Amino acid sequence: MKKASLAAVAALAFATGPALAQGSVKIGFVDTFSGPTAVIGNDMRNSFELALDHLGRKMGGLPVEVIYEDDQQKPEVGKQKTEKVIQSDHVNFITGYIWSNVLLASLKPAVDSQTFIISANAGPSRIAGELCSPFFFSTSWQNDQTPHAMGIYLEQKGVKTLYLLGPNYAAGKDMLAGVKATYRGQVIGEEYTKWPDQLDFSAELSKARAAKPEAIFVFYPGAAGVQFLSQYAQAGLRDQIPLYTAFTIDETTLPLQKDVALGVPGAQEWVNDLPNPANQKFVADFRAKYGHGPSFYGAQAYDAANLINSAVVAVKGDLTQKDAIRDEMRKANYASVRGPYKYGNNHFPIQNFYLQETVKNADGTFGLKTVATILKDSQDLFHATCPMKW
Amino acid sequence: MLLLVEQCLNGLQFGLLLFLLAAGLTLVFGIMDLVNLAHGSLYMMGAYFAATFVAWTGNFFAGAFLALAATLLLGIVLEMLALRPLYGRDHLDHVLGTFGLILFFNELVRLVWGPAGLSLPVPSALNTAVDIFGIYYPAYRLLIILVSLLVALFLYVVVMRTRLGMLIRAGASNREMAGALGVDIKLLFTLVFALGAALAGLAGLMHAPILTVQIGMGENILILAFVVIVIGGIGSIRGAFVAAVFVGVVDTLGRAFLPDLLRLALSSTAASTLAPALSSMLIYLLMAIVLALRPQGLFPVAGR
Amino acid sequence: MRAALDVRAPFVVIVVAGLALLPVYTAASGDQFVLTLFTRIVILAIAATSLNLILGYGGMVSFGHAAYLGIGGYAVGILAAEGVGSGFVQWPVALAVSGLFALVVGALSLRTRGVYFIMITLAFAQMVYYVAAGLDRYGGDDGLTIYSRSRFAGLINLSDHTQFYYLCLALLLASIAFTWRLINSRFGMVICGSRSNDRRMQAIGFPTFRYRLAAFVIAGTWCGLAGALLANHTEFVSPAMMYWTRSGDLIVMVVFGGMGSLFGPLFGAISLLVLEEGLSRVTEYWQIILGPMLLLIVLFARGGIDGLIGRLRHG
Repeated sequence: MKKASLAAVAALAFATGPALAQGSVKIGFVDTFSGPTAVIGNDMRNSFELALDHLGRKMGGLPVEVIYEDDQQKPEVGKQKTEKVIQSDHVNFITGYIWSNVLLASLKPAVDSQTFIISANAGPSRIAGELCSPFFFSTSWQNDQTPHAMGIYLEQKGVKTLYLLGPNYAAGKDMLAGVKATYRGQVIGEEYTKWPDQLDFSAELSKARAAKPEAIFVFYPGAAGVQFLSQYAQAGLRDQIPLYTAFTIDETTLPLQKDVALGVPGAQEWVNDLPNPANQKFVADFRAKYGHGPSFYGAQAYDAANLINSAVVAVKGDLTQKDAIRDEMRKANYASVRGPYKYGNNHFPIQNFYLQETVKNADGTFGLKTVATILKDSQDLFHATCPMKW
Repeated sequence: MLLLVEQCLNGLQFGLLLFLLAAGLTLVFGIMDLVNLAHGSLYMMGAYFAATFVAWTGNFFAGAFLALAATLLLGIVLEMLALRPLYGRDHLDHVLGTFGLILFFNELVRLVWGPAGLSLPVPSALNTAVDIFGIYYPAYRLLIILVSLLVALFLYVVVMRTRLGMLIRAGASNREMAGALGVDIKLLFTLVFALGAALAGLAGLMHAPILTVQIGMGENILILAFVVIVIGGIGSIRGAFVAAVFVGVVDTLGRAFLPDLLRLALSSTAASTLAPALSSMLIYLLMAIVLALRPQGLFPVAGR
Repeated sequence: MRAALDVRAPFVVIVVAGLALLPVYTAASGDQFVLTLFTRIVILAIAATSLNLILGYGGMVSFGHAAYLGIGGYAVGILAAEGVGSGFVQWPVALAVSGLFALVVGALSLRTRGVYFIMITLAFAQMVYYVAAGLDRYGGDDGLTIYSRSRFAGLINLSDHTQFYYLCLALLLASIAFTWRLINSRFGMVICGSRSNDRRMQAIGFPTFRYRLAAFVIAGTWCGLAGALLANHTEFVSPAMMYWTRSGDLIVMVVFGGMGSLFGPLFGAISLLVLEEGLSRVTEYWQIILGPMLLLIVLFARGGIDGLIGRLRHG
């Protein structure tokens, strides 16, 4: 019996064989592909695939192989999948990551195994500060940066009293803290709701109305943003208290939000109408391939592919040169669809932030457009607590 | 003061919605002795049907009616194909089997409607708030309260005043005896299950314009519905009604006022983190206390 | 019991030998992930085995068993975050706290029966879940990363994947052996007896409540150990470890594998997790296959996988 199973084990070992020979660039893509927020994951995957098409599916002469894994929006699952692509697929780069809590859980296995991990969305404050790592890069933003821009815009509008609402998880806390860092007026209320399973905000909306603020700021990404906006409209608050947002209205949620999103401003580092050539090509080809416009999530994933490519090209496909790869990525030497940006010492972008608003297109669909530039070359506040210097 | 009344109204609305879901669950559980985890899937299907039919007919009420009929039919098919063989089995078998059905329905919805979810807009006449005695309240939520109360009244009349209701009550307190007395148990079970399915579908389609219609929407609310029927006493519609309103109001008031109460004792950020956790915990605490004092729930059904 | 073991002996030997030889395979293939996956399976099998003691043999359907997994895990995580890295402190604390919690829950809930028991155990587990979600200092909802595994003063190195795997496997076999001894003792007879007829056992003169409570506490403590192992394995604890769906997973493992059978929970854990991993590689829509499979197992294969194997041998 034992002999038989030993033989079987040996046979299996030969059949699957070690895949260590460096014939391709392997990229793990850990993102949400199931549940209601799969829309975001799909948008990122589509953009990443488009980027690979544009690169001829090769980087530095090597073919590219991508392993997509679903984190189910759960930190523990995301961590498992990250371990899987590292240990089983032996990837050279990992990217994806919508959710801050998933990224926080997944950081350790990547850094421990010295695998480059590039967040194409999540940017928790701890990774910008004390947990910053030579193996971590971001093609998005640090969580606080976008609400910083919103706080400044609220100042410009002369809003005196503000009410804050957000979900109770890493990013929610970062976002509300971000607004408070730049907004000088009075914050008269601050509520956190259960994440991700609280979908009815009636109690919170009643409280916000009773507090009589001049404006409300919310952060509700994905499906929660759809629910929040429609309940806000049903409660008749649209005509009473203006709403300001971060990451609540984008191309993945607009088809469901439709006209309740009209007149609700948001801040973003990328908008589909930014006039640089790389962006025009990205948006036009995305529209041609998938039939609708990309979201900022997709733009960040598209950038992640190009950032990886720039480093692989620089080392001419020799993926063992990790120091050289890192040095190249630090230059951000590629055509980002948001326009050129620089990296701070913590590997988070120093970049512009724009004010965007919802517009109704001639064909009845809804889209976003740039209204103004709120911040130029903005850097997050946590880079000072990151011990890494270069 | 007005805020307190408004929050109680919010709680009442949530509780009544829970009642719609719990009523079907408690009927099926009480009469057929079937633990049906797939009840939440019927709630989800009701919402998906409604979103589809409303878009198709262009009229909220026509779409809602069609969705109700579709969920009822689905309930009958489900009962005959999948659940009938489970009667008389161990509760654990029910849990495992109907858990399998949840997975099946979730993936089915993803295959048919895609992962994005759908939106069901509120009828435009109701997409506003009305002023009642100084309280500014969403009109659509008032409609939910009204419809749920009507359904509760309807159920009361059916169960207490009709022959079907008599059979249902007989079945709930002693199934074998009712069968021995010549009641067509098979038909009764199918009818009761279909009624439960329709109620779940109604809850789903009423809730859909507030939430978005999405995969897995039935699972969290299902656990709350179980809490409700256990507090109320399994098989008791009256118990489900009282417990549902109770749970709805406690949950909402907890969410509304606990953060401020905690801020009196703790720092602002600590209170903000702790409050959502504690208020979610309240209803489970409530259930544990009720069961410790009354192990059969508030309104135990005789003979069980 | 012994006879039942004999019938399945060849299968048990194959499975156990396969598990024991697994590190050889991963060393040869370089696919570390299989070892990671199976470490997880073995740990969850320990938790399922502990649940089987009360659910399979004692008829107590605890729908809150994942709470002990979480408590054991958080004991390790919190101590590690506070700078106490020694396993000689972490693990006994994990066992003690989960045992204590089981004592409280058991004392309050064993008076109820049937679905009421299911729901009250669920209620307590949900309360612990929300307590963990409110622990701002330890990450709240987002969970807590554990930066170094428990240290045992050179006795064993848990950071070595192979050593850690063998430790888990040894503990699994120990827990199965322990269950076997317990079930065949007088204590086990009382537990099994009170499942089929509690009143008669009381009439004979056994204080069944105390016996059942003792079994409940043993199961909770043992599951706390699985929690400590799981925290070391994933190097991460979060409230999600004890969400009600996780308790449901454990029940599914036990029922799927075969309730009240010694190796059933192990079979259940292996087949469920391997199916999940395998099917999800075949199709994104794997749950549409798994769901009806569960229903079919319930309808046509009573006694789970263990029952199937038994019938295969007889047929």
